[in-house]
Amino acid sequence: MLTNIELLFQAPLLNVQLLLDGLFIGAVFALAAYGLALVWGVMNVKNLAQGDFVIAGGYIAYSLAQIGMHPILGLPIAFMVMFVFGWVVYKVIISRVVHKDLFTSLLATFGLSLLLQQVLNLIYGPDVRTAESGFEIRTILGGFVTVADIKLASFILAALLAVGVVVFMKKSRMGQAIRATAQDPRAARVVGIDTERVYAFTYALNAAICGAAGVLISMMWVIQPFYGIGYSIRSFVIVTAAGLGNLPGVIISGLGLGVLEQFSAFVLGAELQVFIVVSALLVVLIWRQLQQARHRQAVR
Amino acid sequence: MESKLRYLALAGVAAATVLAGAVTAEAKVEGDTIILGSAISFTGKYSTNGVHAQKGYDIAVEKINAMGGVKVDGKSYMLSVKYYDDESTPARGAQLAERLIKQDGIEFMLGPYSSGLTKAIAPVTEKYKIPMVEAEGASRSLFTQGYRYLFAVLSTSEQYLASAIDLAAEIAKKNGKDPSEVRIAMAFENDPFSLDVRQGVVDDANGYGMQIVIDDKLPRDLSDMSATLTKVKALKPDLLVVSGHSKGAATAARQLAELKIDTPMVAMTHCESAAIVSKFGGSTEGILCPTQWAETLSYSDGYFGTAAEFDAAFKERYPEYVETGVPYQSAQAAAAVLVWKDAFERAGTFDTEALRDAIANTDMQTFYGGIKFSEAGNNIAKPMVLRQVQEGALNVVAPSEWASHPVVHPRQPK
Repeated sequence: MLTNIELLFQAPLLNVQLLLDGLFIGAVFALAAYGLALVWGVMNVKNLAQGDFVIAGGYIAYSLAQIGMHPILGLPIAFMVMFVFGWVVYKVIISRVVHKDLFTSLLATFGLSLLLQQVLNLIYGPDVRTAESGFEIRTILGGFVTVADIKLASFILAALLAVGVVVFMKKSRMGQAIRATAQDPRAARVVGIDTERVYAFTYALNAAICGAAGVLISMMWVIQPFYGIGYSIRSFVIVTAAGLGNLPGVIISGLGLGVLEQFSAFVLGAELQVFIVVSALLVVLIWRQLQQARHRQAVR
Repeated sequence: MESKLRYLALAGVAAATVLAGAVTAEAKVEGDTIILGSAISFTGKYSTNGVHAQKGYDIAVEKINAMGGVKVDGKSYMLSVKYYDDESTPARGAQLAERLIKQDGIEFMLGPYSSGLTKAIAPVTEKYKIPMVEAEGASRSLFTQGYRYLFAVLSTSEQYLASAIDLAAEIAKKNGKDPSEVRIAMAFENDPFSLDVRQGVVDDANGYGMQIVIDDKLPRDLSDMSATLTKVKALKPDLLVVSGHSKGAATAARQLAELKIDTPMVAMTHCESAAIVSKFGGSTEGILCPTQWAETLSYSDGYFGTAAEFDAAFKERYPEYVETGVPYQSAQAAAAVLVWKDAFERAGTFDTEALRDAIANTDMQTFYGGIKFSEAGNNIAKPMVLRQVQEGALNVVAPSEWASHPVVHPRQPK
């Protein structure tokens, strides 16, 4: 472990490589987490199928690549397909649990997650899949640091998508309705907002965002029917760390988590990557608790 | 009325029990058919390879039946296999093995797919003293338990990448270097199979006094190993070995190209199942892949002929493999059925103890390689072979006895 840290000091360019890899993948984490923050904040549903939506999006890109389409063009298609899928899931399942207590919605989304995994496994089999962008890999800084164009492209696409969603939330009627419902669903109904429709739209939008994130994942990493859980955990960590309704927080936490994973995998070994993610969550929760305790004392 | 119903139900249960009992007594050999049993993964995470194995069993059964079946004590019998789907879960596998033996009366078992499932089923077959010839569980730990009724036709997992170490030593000597100067980077998934593979590598590397400069463990849900590979880039080892099933192979192959890693020698397991050559093309040039069996090897037997002839016969029977190639999982499954036939004929009886001894004394040549079991039940007559990606094809380069092409060193990714 110490030798690994020494290595980082001896060859500072390694830090650049790890930092870049972390930022690129962190942007995709942030995207999926933003979807979760939306559903959590607006509907108070903790969607355990988050990661499985991501993986489903990845398989859409993979399928399109199989029939000869460039996987990056799969992004808008996956976005739309997953939007419709999310709407259907809301109408069939989530609408029945959205007003129930926390555990009912946790159970329902957990069941949905299992169902999705098995369906994907039946269709695609358990082997890992990848979608190939065929993009160049460039070397920078004297050849020691490499940047795959697909990662760069994915970073930009993730950023564009995030901006698009933010503008939509601020400017469009539906975005305003969503924000109003998040603040106070009863008041929203009083002023004539169809909250049922807002919920369906929110859940569908989340599925669509996840689907887009999945397309990017399938071109950078590998996908497999049972890999969703990793993205669910990451989304929960990011949203918890950032706090609900804190979009800049989600972006910073997402990028930070990506970077943290790369550095901890370098220093401690890849095996401990998820351990580090969960430890980070623990630290954040303890820190929050302390902060709140101080706040309560001040109020008293 | 109610009590009458209860009597009826009881009678029904009793009748069913009697019937089941009657079936049990006859099921192992029905008329002139010998029934083998196997719980295997048709669904769940091992389903791809489970189906490969099943097709291997089936093609061997069909071949043997077409050649007149199995002669036991002067009489000819046909073979058939009773399958259950273990859903890729060990607990279900053990349950189904119990059901095959106790309810269906199966006394001759074929193995499931994967070391984990074999580990779950072996205690059951052991308990009932039912011999099992398995073809898909390679973990070393299966053969350290003192099992008497477990036999495996494949090479055990610690041999998978050990040949790469020998090859590295050979190359070092040829280049006028001492093998102890060879520096190795290792990345292994933290699961029983890969840790066995790792142990084999570590033992052999220590034997040569080589230095292990990186020893990373990979998580089960591996999808990124760029941090490990960044370390490889910095430390410039002479040999990189990776084992993490097909996800490990796919991730490593993609990220080796992405990070432009120029390690002169790279060896990884599961190249075939991850289809790295067709997916990642020229960047995989020179990667070394161990395999249990290859259709280019010069093994042969009286059933399928040579390895190449088995390959052709398999592709004819299952045309879906023409493009992907015949997986070694199918070949070794077929070999397991050949072991059963050979044992039945030598034992000349259906007594399970006599059959166990006959299997233990197996010493045969097959299209899959030699088969001879150690005291522990693993096959010691067949080596692992190492293939190298050369111009997009996988050619056998080691051990030299079976090599069809010279090894290309250092590797030249495009």
